[in-house]
Amino acid sequence: MPTADLEPSGPLRVSILTQGGYLVASVHTALDDGQLLRFRRDLLDQIGSRRSRGVVIDVGALDVIDSFACHTLRTIAEVARLRGAETVVVGIRPDVALAMVELGASLGPVTTALDLEEAFEVLADRAAVPPAGPLR
Amino acid sequence: MAGDGPSDVEEHHRHEEDAMLLPELVAHLREHRTVLREEWASRINEAHLLSAMTPQEVFSEVTSVYDNYVGVLETGSVDELRDYARDLSERIIPRGVETHEVIGIVLLLRDVLARSLFEKYRDDFDLLNRVLNAYEPAANRIATTVAGSFVEERERVIRQQQDSLRELSTPVLQVRERLLILPIIGVLDTDRAHQLTDQLLHAIRSHRARVVVIDITGVPDVDESVADHLVKTVDASRLMGAGVIITGLSSEIAQTLVTIGVDLSKMNTVGDLQGGIEEAERLLGFRVVRADDADR
Repeated sequence: MPTADLEPSGPLRVSILTQGGYLVASVHTALDDGQLLRFRRDLLDQIGSRRSRGVVIDVGALDVIDSFACHTLRTIAEVARLRGAETVVVGIRPDVALAMVELGASLGPVTTALDLEEAFEVLADRAAVPPAGPLR
Repeated sequence: MAGDGPSDVEEHHRHEEDAMLLPELVAHLREHRTVLREEWASRINEAHLLSAMTPQEVFSEVTSVYDNYVGVLETGSVDELRDYARDLSERIIPRGVETHEVIGIVLLLRDVLARSLFEKYRDDFDLLNRVLNAYEPAANRIATTVAGSFVEERERVIRQQQDSLRELSTPVLQVRERLLILPIIGVLDTDRAHQLTDQLLHAIRSHRARVVVIDITGVPDVDESVADHLVKTVDASRLMGAGVIITGLSSEIAQTLVTIGVDLSKMNTVGDLQGGIEEAERLLGFRVVRADDADR
């Protein structure tokens, strides 16, 4: 499975893998605003180049999801939709979810799921036709 | 305080002398153990204390407390007594023994012993004074220790009960794969609402739930902060990938919510629990069919 390192010189902060016709982006550590923007750009580029039908963003490693992170995730979902891919955010932990609603940081209409497995199910449900993956 | 030096030394000296009297005192109390203990037991009986316990129980506790009491006077250390008092409290609290009874019996013992000292030293008033000087601080410390241990133990029991009540009060139940129900019964205060959300979010994770039905038929009243919290619970559950259906909103509560202007547009509500479960099953792709219909 190919991976794309966002910062070849620095530590791996987000890995973007492909799974069938889907992209799976795992955020490993907290990202600052600049890194978030870079992540957004790279992910959206890859949606185009890999012709993905769906994107799963795993934020399970994050202790905090602030309003800027929410905004970025919302934007990714909106842009991805315009390019023909559904976005599902997975792995938000109970305490993080509570903190987000307390702070009023909302993901708006973005689809969420418990974990990767659930996300793939959600994406499969949404797709009228099976995702077009590479020939196996 | 400077300047008080000499009198401090004097006082210290006198205290030491008084402390010397303690062994004599202890010997006296040991010698008259049976009589004094019986006197104490009968005083307890007269005062109608420890009525929840049988006379045999009272007698055996009285014996141990007496010996512990004298032991403290002898060693000056209340540690052992504290342990004993905790243990005793643990045994008698479930029997419904009250704080005033425990303090009452300790003070009675203090008085019974003090009277026996009056009796013994009444011819030598000066000596009696010094004996009391030695006895009183120790006796007071014992009373404080026993009462303190009892209250601590009671508080511990109360805390424990509160914890278990809290857990009992909000069961999160799985009715089908991926479907949880959360029946809420009783008054929802902010504390409980908070705890409930926490429990629900963890249950969503552990049961891998996709739909949650929160039934509030049993909630008599919802104020603004609780309604607000419900909305937050719905949002937080959604962030974890689970949809929430609220059922059992009484007409009063529904009117209150509308009047106070809580934003319920994001809430999926269904009239009753049955309807809620049916809706949840539909969302999850279940279809419940009567067995005889299915056979046809």
